[in-house]
Amino acid sequence: MSKKSYRQAINEALAQEMRRDPTVIVMGEDNAGGMGAPGDDDAWGGVLGVTKGLMPEFGRDRVLDTPITESAFIGAAVGAAATGLRPVAELMFVDFLGVCFDQIFNQAAKFRYMFGGKAVTPVVIRTMYGAGFRAASQHSQCLYPIFTHIPGLKVVVPSSAYEAKGLLIQSIRDNDPVIFLEHKVLYDEIEEVPDEPYTIPFGEANLTREGDHVTIVALGRMVGFANRAADALQKEGITCTVVDPRTTSPLDEDTIIESVENTGRLVVVDEASPRCGMAADISALVAQNAFKALKAPIRMVTPPHTPVPFAPQLEDAYIPTPEKIADAVRHVMA
Amino acid sequence: MQLNREELLQSYRTMCTIREFEERVHSEFSEGGIPGFVHLYAGEEASAVGVCSHLDDRDNIASTHRGHGHCIAKGCDVNGMMAEIFGRGDGLCGGKGGSMHIADLSKGMMGANGIVGGGPPLICGAALTAKTLKTGGVAVAFVGDGASNQGTTLESYNLAKVWNLPAIFVVEDNGYAESTASVWAVAGDQSKRAAAFGMPSYELDGNDFFAIHQAAGEAVERARGGGGPSLIHVKLTRYFGHFEGDAMTYRQAGEIEVARRERDPLRFFRQRVTEAGVLEAHQLDEIESEVKRLIDQSVVLSKAAPPPTPERLLTDVYVSY
Ligand SMILES: Cc1ncc(C[n+]2csc(CCOP(=O)(O)OP(=O)(O)O)c2C)c(N)n1
Repeated sequence: MSKKSYRQAINEALAQEMRRDPTVIVMGEDNAGGMGAPGDDDAWGGVLGVTKGLMPEFGRDRVLDTPITESAFIGAAVGAAATGLRPVAELMFVDFLGVCFDQIFNQAAKFRYMFGGKAVTPVVIRTMYGAGFRAASQHSQCLYPIFTHIPGLKVVVPSSAYEAKGLLIQSIRDNDPVIFLEHKVLYDEIEEVPDEPYTIPFGEANLTREGDHVTIVALGRMVGFANRAADALQKEGITCTVVDPRTTSPLDEDTIIESVENTGRLVVVDEASPRCGMAADISALVAQNAFKALKAPIRMVTPPHTPVPFAPQLEDAYIPTPEKIADAVRHVMA
Repeated sequence: MQLNREELLQSYRTMCTIREFEERVHSEFSEGGIPGFVHLYAGEEASAVGVCSHLDDRDNIASTHRGHGHCIAKGCDVNGMMAEIFGRGDGLCGGKGGSMHIADLSKGMMGANGIVGGGPPLICGAALTAKTLKTGGVAVAFVGDGASNQGTTLESYNLAKVWNLPAIFVVEDNGYAESTASVWAVAGDQSKRAAAFGMPSYELDGNDFFAIHQAAGEAVERARGGGGPSLIHVKLTRYFGHFEGDAMTYRQAGEIEVARRERDPLRFFRQRVTEAGVLEAHQLDEIESEVKRLIDQSVVLSKAAPPPTPERLLTDVYVSY
């Protein structure tokens, strides 16, 4: 155990899996950096330094920098996965999905089904998401519901450094295409993380705390916010169970339903757009399966149905906050 | 194409405005006043100005993440731009876009762009509008060397050619895409790519305003006359990091200093016009001080301006809903 940032935890997971399995390769724009340039090699290590140090250890044959051609290199990662490698490809910002989506959702996601169960496509696509960086509409989205919508993709949304390491190792070892979403605001968050490799299974939610009154389901960065809200509510005598599903596909439906059956109240927090998102999906799940247990209508805490704005004051108003979550909990308690 | 004195003064003014704007954004960013990702265009002025000085309000351009220079060259209001970069309510996009999304459609400026390779297809569309409505307009996509490899860019070359669109692709090759050298990332070469799509092309020194102005003039004339698309490849130097905060360890020590000293596009312009006796140094000096005042003022105004009002979060998602 030692203290590691979310960034370091991800880097360590990559390095450990690359040591263990020679078929694991890493690729992406400036994942090492300095390609063909007169200055330093490994000049960037990814745009926010997540892959730094991998190239010096594993060489350029296993840490491949790419031209800015997402459609080609994400597709190449998919093709390599279908033919014997375990690529971890980085789509720098999830917003760039638009450039390469076909290779992910028509190709990778459907091979196994279309080919009658014969294909195995163990590709991981790591990608940054989320608001809070003042990065405006094309660099701040939470697009995991779009991936979750596609049968054949597994979708991972780690909420902390510990979660990130175990879930990434699981992602690399998993034999299906996995979209691994890293919240850019979490990179510098630090916690105790085991030094040795470990896995966290998909589809098993984590209860970060247990309480009697309200179930809060939250994803990614919102898990920390939900816990802060729960801390504040505790002082008012309201205790919450906070459920971190960890993966949106597969989704641990049983844990969510069970928790709502115990508490009778549900608040779902999602940083993604509200329409057809995880908040709506989880609300529907509970409405269908635990309706009788509900003592109050379900509340969703999401941003409004707008793009992410640039101005800090607007962006802060856009993102769900611990205060908004606490208000929603008070609302279902009223 | 001969430029008269007025045009020369105007071109110099625009290049100086870009330079001063970017130098100022650089210092304001380092003082913490500017949020978000900011990519500066200093060093590349001759390209934006050499091309855009042939354009008017009928014509559209699409820019990149490194868009301030293109915006200024296409006539965007400098105060509005600065306010946008500061995230103010009276910014050119109401503070909702920021540096990477400055746009003014009334000036034919279709936006900086956060997506590398986002512009060329849009420019095919703008060119199609011009052709269909017979406005006489042309459309110009600026792309970086990195963006020149995107499928969207290469597909746009093909589409522009087969539809015979009044489109111009300007590949601004500053040697790097982030930390990756264009000599590594670009297979083949830019003008042969153009040739492969049947487009005329120009290989130019991007510090030479006059060469760019000349080539762009030909390309614009060809496009306006129904002669189809062209490609202009300019080699230039970016004077700052990929974005503000980039340590630039991938560059050679002294690379920027040498470029600033020996190949600076503004200095080159100055030298040419004063040596030819067309303009006098004091006229250019005056422009420089005027521009300084203008940019100073834009920063003062931006700092004093209020942020967008909270209800603006919910507006503009649709025209109507
Ligand atoms: C589709 C897409 N991929 C990657 C990025 C991240 N990115 C932003 S700028 C940039 C480099 C662009 O290089 P180039 O086109 O040469 O323009 P320059 O920055 O040199 O002006 C990259 C990779 C992006 N914004 N969009």
